[in-house]
Amino acid sequence: MADWIVQRFSALILAAYTTVIVVWLAVYGTELTFAQWQGFIGQTWMKIFTLLTILALASHAWIGLWTVATDYLKKRLVRVVFLGFVAVSLVVYVVWGIIILWRFD
Amino acid sequence: MLLSIYRYNPETDSEPYMQDEEVSLIAEKDLMVLDVLNLIKEKDQSLSYRRSCREGVCGSDGVNMNGTNGLACITPISEVVTNGKLVVRPLPGLPVIRDLVVDMSIFYKQYQRIKPYLQNSSPTGGHERLQSPEDRAKLDGLYECILCACCSTSCPSFWWNPEKFVGPSGLLQAYRFLADSRDEAMGTRLAELDDPFSVFRCRGIMNCVSVCPKGLNPTKAIGHIRDMLLSRAT
Repeated sequence: MADWIVQRFSALILAAYTTVIVVWLAVYGTELTFAQWQGFIGQTWMKIFTLLTILALASHAWIGLWTVATDYLKKRLVRVVFLGFVAVSLVVYVVWGIIILWRFD
Repeated sequence: MLLSIYRYNPETDSEPYMQDEEVSLIAEKDLMVLDVLNLIKEKDQSLSYRRSCREGVCGSDGVNMNGTNGLACITPISEVVTNGKLVVRPLPGLPVIRDLVVDMSIFYKQYQRIKPYLQNSSPTGGHERLQSPEDRAKLDGLYECILCACCSTSCPSFWWNPEKFVGPSGLLQAYRFLADSRDEAMGTRLAELDDPFSVFRCRGIMNCVSVCPKGLNPTKAIGHIRDMLLSRAT
């Protein structure tokens, strides 16, 4: 139940973030400078939105891959190793993402 | 027409094989798949399959015809034959006992699990438990299920997790009792379905809807159960 709700809410967040990025790129597209990019991502609301998106992506990926693994990986050991790898990767990505965001000003 | 039937007798065969038979059909007469199986059985008594009412009521002869599940007795040859060929296999995802006969224990176990009977402990007041026509109408499209297993055995989620995912047929029946105004066990029924597998393994691919020989819609029923679980949790 909780999984199902989280999966749908995180999908909405991901869709919203993708839309914002795509629209922004469409507006500033071709002659984008690093300063512009930094200025955009560095805004407080954008930092919060990005953080939210990173968390949404991690939980979305975890629920999705857990479901795929419990469908297709029938050997318990294989499943545990696979999900362990997924979990560690996602935690690393989230921590790494937060560190990158914090350095952005 | 070339008929290719899945054959397997565990007592004599080391593995299953396909038996090809040329069947001559009369052009103006459209037989049902079951009739053709009967013709083969006249020649070869060892061919095994289940059948009973031969009119789509008992749900015994669910088989896989050219890749689609259905009842052999109400499926006309003209509807399933492609390029003059018909391949008949047992329902997918269940253990084969012999030829087209499958072991449906796990399917029935899931049906048993949803407690397919009215639960009501209030006194009846000396007469039947009455329902308004509107409440009765809520059971239409649910009670007609004949448990042929065509839907559940066409569902990948049921193939991968038959022990944990109730399957479209069981969930249709579960909703049939959840929706019944005379049933008092809604809370415990929902509690027993509220886990990541029982209901939520449904991915909504709707194979169940496209194969149901009675034209029922298990996906819709599963959607209603989800709504009930959602409003129970919030």
